[in-house]
This record gives sequence, C-alpha cells and structure tokens, in this order.
Amino acid sequence: MINDLITALGAEFVQLSLTPILIGVLAAIACALPGNFLLLRRQALIGDAISHVVLPGIVAAFLVTGTISAIPMMLGAGAAAIVAVVMIEVVKRLGRVEPGAAMGLVFTTLFAAGVLLLEMTDTSSVHIDVQHALLGNLESLIWFDAEGWSSLLDPQALATLPPQLPRLAIVLVGIMLFIGLFWKELKISTFDAAFAGAIGIRTGILGFALVVCTAIAAVAAFDAVGSIIVIAMFVCPPASARLMTNQLGRQVAWSVLFATISAILGYVFAGYGPGWFGSPYAVSAAGMIATISGIIMLLTCLFGPQRKRTGQQAEA
Amino acid sequence: MRQAELIAQAGKIVDVAGKDAPLTVRGLTVSYGNKPAVFSVDASIPAGSMTAIIGPNGAGKSTFLKGTLGVVPRLSGEVRIFGKPFHEARDRVAYVPQRASVDWDFPARVIDVVLMGLYGSVGLFRMWRARHRQQAMACLDRVGMADFADRQIGQLSGGQQQRVFLARALAQNAEFYLLDEPFAGVDAATERAIVTVLKDLKAEGRTVVCVHHDLSTVNEYFDRVLLINVRRIAEGPVETTFTAEHLQETYGGRLAETHINDLRLA
Repeated sequence: MINDLITALGAEFVQLSLTPILIGVLAAIACALPGNFLLLRRQALIGDAISHVVLPGIVAAFLVTGTISAIPMMLGAGAAAIVAVVMIEVVKRLGRVEPGAAMGLVFTTLFAAGVLLLEMTDTSSVHIDVQHALLGNLESLIWFDAEGWSSLLDPQALATLPPQLPRLAIVLVGIMLFIGLFWKELKISTFDAAFAGAIGIRTGILGFALVVCTAIAAVAAFDAVGSIIVIAMFVCPPASARLMTNQLGRQVAWSVLFATISAILGYVFAGYGPGWFGSPYAVSAAGMIATISGIIMLLTCLFGPQRKRTGQQAEA
Repeated sequence: MRQAELIAQAGKIVDVAGKDAPLTVRGLTVSYGNKPAVFSVDASIPAGSMTAIIGPNGAGKSTFLKGTLGVVPRLSGEVRIFGKPFHEARDRVAYVPQRASVDWDFPARVIDVVLMGLYGSVGLFRMWRARHRQQAMACLDRVGMADFADRQIGQLSGGQQQRVFLARALAQNAEFYLLDEPFAGVDAATERAIVTVLKDLKAEGRTVVCVHHDLSTVNEYFDRVLLINVRRIAEGPVETTFTAEHLQETYGGRLAETHINDLRLA
C-alpha cells in the first residue's frame, strides 16, 4: 500500500490523477460556497433543482446546434436553469404550494422530460446519456501531455490541460469574489431579510444573484463531474460545517475544507481503494466523492461540537 | 396642539406633527393576495413622542410598519419620513422586526448581530473593524448584554434575544425607532430594561413607535396611541384617544367589558 502511494505520486499520477483531483476539488468548492447561504436560507433544494434541469438543457442545446461543444451546452444548461427558477416561482404562486414542493415538482418533471427527450431522439452517436449526466466523466479528464511534475511549468503541456480545469477555476474565482465583496449584505439579508431591506440592502437582487451563482456553479461543475457530486456538494459540506461552529465565516471555511477532503479522498478511494481489497476494478469517483461527503456529514452529526444547538435554549 | 388633535379625531386629516415630522402617512394600503391587510391608513407621528400601535391580531399593525419602510410593497399611499421619501431618510430610521421573524439558529454570535446595525457606517466592500466592535459593545452594555457578546444567539432566552435586537437598533444611532412587538414573550426584567432604554431615547428627543399588545401598560409606557384594525380607528394622545369607545371600535366584541373596565382609560 505504501509502495502504491509512492508510485501513485510519480509521473503517472500527474498524467492520470492530478487533473481529475483538481477538477473535483474546484467543482466541490464552487458548489459548497453558495451552498452555505442556500442552506441557511432554507433553499438548499434550489441547487438540487438546477443541477437536475441541466440535463434537458444540454439535450435541447445538442438538438438545436448538433454539436456537443462546451459553449452551446453551457448556454443550454444556463437557459434551462433560468426556465426552472421561473417555473418554480410560477408553481409556487399559482399552485399556492410550499417552496420545497414546488422545487421538487419542477426539477423531477424537467429531468424526466430530459430523459424522454434523450431516448426519443438520436443522441446515441454522441456522448450524452443519463449515466454521464449523473456521474460525469471525472476519470477521463486526464492530462495527456503531462510527463511529470515538471509539466506544471511547461507552457506547451499546460496548453493541453482539460478545458474543464481553467473553466472551473474562473467560475470559482467569480463565486469567491461575489461572496467576498457582498459578505455583509449576504450575511445580513440571510439572517434578517426585513431588517436588511429597511437598511437599504437590495435583498431581491442579492437573492437572485445568489441563485445565478448557484446555477453557474452547477452548470460548470456538471460538465466535469456530473450531477450527483453537484447535488451532494451544495448540501453536505455546508450542513456538516454548520455542526462544527457557530460563526458564519468559520462555517464557510469548514465547508471548503470538507468539500476538499471529499473530493480528494473520494477520488483516491475510488481509484485505488478497491485494489487495496484485492479487486481489480475501480469504482465511480463521483459516487465515491458524494459518499465521502455523506460520511463526513454523519461524523459531524455524531461528533460535531455544535450538533446539540436546538433544544438548548434557556428560557429566562 | 390640543385643538389640532381634536380636529384630527373628527376625521379631518391635519398635520399635527408638522411637515418634517418623523412619520407622515397618507392613505397607506398594503395587500397580501386579494384582501387588504392595511387599508387607506393615515398617521402622523410628531417628533419626540412615544406611540403605541394597538389593534387585534391580524389587524395589520406589523404590515403598517413594513409598509411605511417599504419592506413590503405598497398598493397605494404616500409615506414621508422627516418630510422625505424613506430611501432618502433611511439613515435616520431604525427598525426592529418581530423577534420570531428570524431564525435564531443562524450561525452568529451576539456581537455579530449588533454589528449589523453599523452596516451603514462600514461602507461597500469593506469589513467591520475594531472601532465598530467598540461601538457595538457600548450598545450591548446599554441593554445589559455586554457579558453575552460571544454567545451564540440561539443559546439566548427570548428576552435576551429581544435585547440584542434593541442593541442592534441602538447601534444605528437613529432619530426614529420603529419596533414590532418588542415586549412579546419577554421576561419582566427585559421589559423593564427595554422600557428604560426607550424612555431614554425619548428623553434625548428621539421618536419611538412600538407595535404593542398589552393594553394594561399603554398608559405607563406611551404618550400617544394609534389604533388600527385594517383601517385607522383613531390616533392621538393617550389621555384623549385611549378610550373605551375607541377600543370597542378597534377590537369589536373581542374585548370584554370587564377587561376595558380594568384599564386606566381616559
């Protein structure tokens, strides 16, 4: 096992595992960051909804353009996300149902429509299928031209990095800027929307911007890692982090740490774990990453220092 | 002044409070769905007064406050704060929502909530600094909560949470305080502490408006009342306006005769 690890960190590691791990980490953090605020606003399902409706979006984009290149796919997914958010509002108002039910209704319907669309049209020649939509293709995002750690300094090799890597990096920087610059506003309006409105914070626009951030993170991450990770990362790291601390800033930091641990451990266990138990097969990295985030959630539920918050209120 | 109040009570709208009064409302209507929660309410709050907004549950008292501050959209009506539209006078107003309207399990300490009141003095894209913390601590001290600064807000009692909300409003250093049921579900010590702070504010020449539920303390705490039941029933000094007749009109049959007799009415 030790020898496995040593060879695992050599040239082959850079070529085969470095970029998938980095992409997994970036995707996990990009989803976990807005997830903190969604969770505290009781909107965690929004991330779930958006990541499901990405499927009909990309299928529709493929049918319209006939290509599977990144730009039309992302536009289609983004358009579907907007359609879903509008539909959720419409269902909520016309149907007078609670937000969670409206989200559940819209995203399952649209996801099912995406599956039907996929089966009824001839997309078999290209790499779009339900399996891919759920699990992504993290393991295939390898860096062909890498010859070892030195390739990190080689412009020619760097130019052949999987495009998902720089794309996710840009998305993550954008999300970090949004949350960093509007930290006070996000914090105040998430805690007390009426007070935030009274002191002049544009709560409507801010809430919409947060949903847009969520959609961008979901779409960018979906392409690389599939919707299972996206859904897990919107909820699990922030929910685990909430059990570790009673301060918002620390909660966000914990969620980033948990997202990173999930992505790295999940990838390593999926790729090398079965080998340690004598199995020649690797398991899905996406599934393993999501599972690790669930295990972290379970551990924080059992041992997190702030897990006993509710019910502790003393009435003076 | 007395004469003007009498005219106002006769149903004619008169600016008893003057053009630059803390609050002047004309025909405020707010609706949730098809049913108006507040219908064509007028009010004028003079500077340096302490007014209780009184009415039965669901009479639109909270909605009236939110409507004046634009927290909920107005269907119609004109609101002037110190003679200006609210967005131009925002810095002069502090609003304390109902304690139960927020999730106290939010990951924040007491000091974090009070710092929110200093939002206006921090500036866009900047963070709270040491001097803001000192100001926030001074406000916590005023409500007797300085020892709780680092406590998670969910671990406080209802009365302590209400004091934290008041401290956040004090941090805003406003001229006009609007509080939504500050005495709801608080212990006696907290009620005394809050009344003391509010009376101090009034003594400093600031204006206070509270949505208030306990009719037995109106006389003791306030000098003016605004009676609302979707529509405005009456507004004026406690001595002349807080009468059995107006209360019957506001509460309908819901207020027992004996209850009214127990109150020290005008």
